[in-house]
Amino acid sequence: MRDTLYRLLNICRKELLVILKDPANRLVLVLPTIVQSLIFGYAATFDLRAVPYALLDQDGGQAATELIARVDGTGFFERVATLHSEAGFAPVIDTQRALMILHIGPRFEQRLRAGGPAPVQVIVDARNSNTAASAAAHFAGIVAAFNQDWLARHGAAGPALTIETRAWFNPNLETRWHMLTALIAGLSMIQTLLLTALSVAREREQGTFDQLLVTPYRPFEIMVGKALPSIFVGLVQASLILMVATLWFGIPLVGSLIALYAGLILFTTACVGIGLSISALSASMQQAMLYTFMLAMPFMLLSGLATPIKNMPEAMQWFTAANPLRYGIDIVQRIYLEGVGLGTLAGDIAALAVIAALTLPLAAWLFRHRLA
Amino acid sequence: MNAQAPALAARGVGKRFVDRQTRAAVVALDAVSFEAAHGELTALVGPDGAGKTTFLRLAAGLMGAEAGTLQVLGIDVARDPQAVQNRIGYMPQRFGLYEDLTVQENLDLYADLHGVPAATRRDRYARLMEMSALGPFTARLAGKLSGGMKQKLGLACTLVAEPELLLLDEPTVGVDPLSRHELWEILLGLVAERRTTVLVSTAYLDEAARCAQVVLLHQGRVLRQGTPQDIRSEAEGLSFTAVPATGDSVRRLQARLFDDPPTIDAVPRGGAVHLVRRDVRPDNPDAALQAVLAGARIEAVAPSLEDGFMVLLDAVVGGERTTAAPGVADLPAGSVSAAAEPPTVIEVRDVVRRFGDFTAVDRTTFSVRRGEIFGLLGPNGAGKTTTFRMLCGLLPASSGFLRVAGHDLRHARAQARGKIGYVSQKFALYASLTVDENLDFFGGAYGLRGTRLRMRREAVTTRFGLGERGATRAGELPGGYRQRLAMAAALLHEPEILFLDEPTSGADPPARREFWRHITTLAESGTTIVVTTHFMEEAEYCDRVLIQEAGRVLAVGTPLEIRRQAGERDGRPPDMEQAFTAIVAQARAAAGDRVAA
Repeated sequence: MRDTLYRLLNICRKELLVILKDPANRLVLVLPTIVQSLIFGYAATFDLRAVPYALLDQDGGQAATELIARVDGTGFFERVATLHSEAGFAPVIDTQRALMILHIGPRFEQRLRAGGPAPVQVIVDARNSNTAASAAAHFAGIVAAFNQDWLARHGAAGPALTIETRAWFNPNLETRWHMLTALIAGLSMIQTLLLTALSVAREREQGTFDQLLVTPYRPFEIMVGKALPSIFVGLVQASLILMVATLWFGIPLVGSLIALYAGLILFTTACVGIGLSISALSASMQQAMLYTFMLAMPFMLLSGLATPIKNMPEAMQWFTAANPLRYGIDIVQRIYLEGVGLGTLAGDIAALAVIAALTLPLAAWLFRHRLA
Repeated sequence: MNAQAPALAARGVGKRFVDRQTRAAVVALDAVSFEAAHGELTALVGPDGAGKTTFLRLAAGLMGAEAGTLQVLGIDVARDPQAVQNRIGYMPQRFGLYEDLTVQENLDLYADLHGVPAATRRDRYARLMEMSALGPFTARLAGKLSGGMKQKLGLACTLVAEPELLLLDEPTVGVDPLSRHELWEILLGLVAERRTTVLVSTAYLDEAARCAQVVLLHQGRVLRQGTPQDIRSEAEGLSFTAVPATGDSVRRLQARLFDDPPTIDAVPRGGAVHLVRRDVRPDNPDAALQAVLAGARIEAVAPSLEDGFMVLLDAVVGGERTTAAPGVADLPAGSVSAAAEPPTVIEVRDVVRRFGDFTAVDRTTFSVRRGEIFGLLGPNGAGKTTTFRMLCGLLPASSGFLRVAGHDLRHARAQARGKIGYVSQKFALYASLTVDENLDFFGGAYGLRGTRLRMRREAVTTRFGLGERGATRAGELPGGYRQRLAMAAALLHEPEILFLDEPTSGADPPARREFWRHITTLAESGTTIVVTTHFMEEAEYCDRVLIQEAGRVLAVGTPLEIRRQAGERDGRPPDMEQAFTAIVAQARAAAGDRVAA
């Protein structure tokens, strides 16, 4: 037993040395993680600020002026052009000068005072449907507030229903909170996958794998020797992003750090299992790299990070069941933002355990049985 | 063109490199001057690192010299490399074949690159295919060709533009004797029929012996230029053969003679020891030599080119050997196998290995005894590597029985692996780790730790002269030291059996001698050695050899038995290379008959 432990320690030590001795490697493991989490923290956001819009006011009355003042006053919209006719619509949208056009018709105030509905036309550039919907929704909010005040001032009863929205777990609805917590799992997954996918493939390419296979190490031991150091490196990466999120961006960690790390260890283990299986299947580093990117892209896009899994077609939802990132993001976000315990996440934990339990032995088996 | 002017003339050519780690300048070539005549074969020989590759790259205009002038086909290469490149063919050690293209597509590609007009291609292809005997394989992927065929295709691609001068960098490394022979027939044919000038670097001196001129490089300087006869005559009167007395063995006699300081060279050859001595007249031995000879009969023989080469090298190196004396210099004479027959440590019975519908190894049976040096010989693709990998436990057999170091490989592969050591053909230790880190890891893999590990590490580093290089990264070691490190790592755990896959491929003669001295010492101390090699003269170090072809065993026996099996020539058994070629050729002819019938 002690002998086995020594031998396992020995192979883990070698693996860590190989990973960390190369100065370029050390840099690659630390720098991109920090830089990417900073970049995504600042730049990857659905939040809109200073949306450029163009105005065509054919009414020019008091009511119209008040509505325009509300639009300009929020800081959310920024007027980039004031048009004089409808002919100006197409050019400002086509050239992407404005994302939205606000068109107030000639008899706006007249209709409003008559108590009838007064239409306001809004044109949005929906080439990016996300931002278009967001801008339109924001404008709808301004119009709702305008209606309420107008009715109150002109003695009519207010609308029957009003909505008061409270955003839980992310009170200001900042994309950054959602994005960075997801990246703790996402970025460390990509780095871990790549690191492990290259590890066996590199040894195969350089001939050291045969030398390793003729030692008394069993495939299971070689697998452990490859997996443990990679899990360790993956956790270090996750910690780096975690530090950027809490210390730099000040996103409050609600849940327990122990629960978070317990979840991350399991998640990284599942990623290492997938990475090692890719590596054991590949004949060369180039192949391993290709397989990794083939998997990493759909893992990222279909993880619930960008789009809710419930909106995907049924078949795709099944596919995401094998996606470790789906569970990883869920675990991290719910512990980080919501503060739940591991008990609540039993479903995610079971799924990750199944992925790890299938891929790790598969990798060990492939070490010896891959056809030359 | 003026036929009197040399095809290549080097005057005072010098080139330095800067070592990336130490930032010290390393002299690759130092005032190299020689000429290669038109329509002749000129060989560049010399130990590893002598500057052969550098010179060929300079001649091909791939880099510039720092001193001297280099005229190729009457053009100054430094001034107009493109004009030179249009008229020469250069084949580097690893020729750039596209492995995923077919033989024909590779040829087309090189024809396009050299702008060979379409009209002349058909005739030229036909001639090249006939010359290289690749005709039947034009549709095969280059990656699926054997080592020898790849080199022939590389040569064909180089010849597609009909160069006036051919620069070849060790074209036969890793190529089996038969393919090597065929490759040289092509070269000799080119020179005879087309008057092509050829400058070829090689580690095989029997190849250099077929050239008109030989240039011997050593540490960047020309040590000697002359005809093979000129160089041979350097060893005139110094070459002998020593036949061991009854009760002594060739290997022990060879080891004792090799360790004796006045010896320049001692190699086993045909049941005797071929010997080159510095000063003492061995046919009139003094007392010291008599003790070493222990009754061996000695005869003067005509020197070979290799003898001359060793004498010339010895004059500059002075017999300096870089590794510690293996320590069995005083092996007692006449104590061969006094004990009972040693036990069998490797048993192979009816072993078959198939890959899909291809049978790589077919019903192979043999056994190896403890302390034997056992050689696996065969052309490229004969099943040697597959057999070797099965013995090391890297590949399971499809059927049959394999027992290694007392363990059935079907059930106890890990236990068997604990008792073997393995040195692969390509350097296969961790390049980014230091010498000590590599040794510590492999020691730990075999369960060595603490004091025991330190002692064993000490022992192997001393033995292989690695003591001062413990903190050097393995990848930064020079070639010869890497090989030693690989040996050291494989011997840390004192394996019962040591497997060596083409350990001397690409090594120069002095390095090979030193390597074999370690091997014979190990065998004497009871380690069993299984070795593959393409150097047929090295088979003479083996107790027994096995020759494979197309997955089947053609012959097993002592080198002498093998040579006798090939039939006598001029009343004497042929040398190992001739014997090997004859046995494989007979088998191929028989197989051809079967197919024809």
